[in-house]
Amino acid sequence: MTAVVRGRAPHPGPWQTARVTGIRRETPTAKSFTLTLSEPRAFWPGQHMIVRLTAPDGYRAQRSYSIASAPSGAAELDLTVELLPDGEVSRFLHDAVEVGDVLDVRGPIGGHFAWDLRPALGVAGGSGIVPLMSMLRHARALGEPDLFRLVVSVRGPEDLYYAAEVRGPETSIAFTRAVPDGYARPPGRLTADDLAAALDPDRELYVCGSTAFCDAATRLAEAAGVPTGRIRVERFGVTG
Amino acid sequence: MALTRGFSGRSRGPQDTRLPPGQYDAGAAWPVLHVESTPSIDTARWTFEVDGLVDTPVRWSWEEIRALPGSRYEGAIHCVTTWSKFGMRFDGVSVDTLLDIAGVGADAAFALARSHTGYTTNLPLDDLTGGKAWVVWDVDGEPLQDIHGGPARLLVPHLYFWKSAKWVSGLTLLAEDQQGFWERNGYHDHGDPWREQRYQGDR
Repeated sequence: MTAVVRGRAPHPGPWQTARVTGIRRETPTAKSFTLTLSEPRAFWPGQHMIVRLTAPDGYRAQRSYSIASAPSGAAELDLTVELLPDGEVSRFLHDAVEVGDVLDVRGPIGGHFAWDLRPALGVAGGSGIVPLMSMLRHARALGEPDLFRLVVSVRGPEDLYYAAEVRGPETSIAFTRAVPDGYARPPGRLTADDLAAALDPDRELYVCGSTAFCDAATRLAEAAGVPTGRIRVERFGVTG
Repeated sequence: MALTRGFSGRSRGPQDTRLPPGQYDAGAAWPVLHVESTPSIDTARWTFEVDGLVDTPVRWSWEEIRALPGSRYEGAIHCVTTWSKFGMRFDGVSVDTLLDIAGVGADAAFALARSHTGYTTNLPLDDLTGGKAWVVWDVDGEPLQDIHGGPARLLVPHLYFWKSAKWVSGLTLLAEDQQGFWERNGYHDHGDPWREQRYQGDR
């Protein structure tokens, strides 16, 4: 049995450089970047990193991106970046960054949403899957996939991140607009039934997505009897 | 610090001197970031307390706190996630007014703010006094929405906005600094945006 991790999630170190060693397209608006850190740092699933861009005149822009990969002890980690309308940093990462480039990064950041290996259910809306994918990958890598179950709500098949990898007995997908051929669940918003199948009394809940999604998912969970204190929420706001 | 190959930044005029380092102007958007489910707090049950190192602990009801002399803040707010927002107008009561009623104890040097959700955040007492902090219930003339901390939140606009506790329920004055929620999770004890005090260890 895997022990619950004791103590607190790792704190961020100083700024460091990271080399981009891989780029993968996840959806038409999302790419994953594999970064090789010059100073490897431990992290917990659910934490995020800051990426900072610096222009020749000293202008800087920085944004936070969730870690999508599982902790491995290696110097590499993956960040998945959604291309946002008018997103200065996400646009640059999508359009200009190539394998071999060097970026300033700092992290890991965030303790509240970090997963300590207690049995949990992740509820993801769209791009909110990213930190929860780190948890899913970690549970699978530990050989205990039932430690982390995942319910994903997404518009249609082409919007599903990690599509080749995410499906499994511990995950379910609620398509809201369009479903793949032969998919049993009709398209529609996340319902109490979607959650009920994955809930059991002792699970911690990790909810991530837009504010509207998080509030809707939280209301469903609370109506199903999950105590408010067991629900952790990470909202992806209009933060560029 | 390294230059980023190919990055020049979005087209911009002269540097906006109102923006602390590393921040951008969110314009009309007001991003929402909090870790709890959004509560809906009935003003009939809302209370605000000042306790700890005070002469007299005081608890106000919604009607009582709104009967105190009003105070307005007009200006910017700065979130650690790098957005800033200008031209905000908040109405409420100055924390000075609340502390004057309770009477600040001689040894008080820090405060721990708390929320009806259990959220906490720590601040030096000097950052809550001298016309720098408020408990507010209106923004731009409208009642503060639940998602922005309504019915009332703390407002400490010269510090990063996580110090401005949503759904605020009280302040405890302390002799020693005691970390709040985000501070225990790696964020800075002070949080001055002009010094970029984002995380523990930043000077």
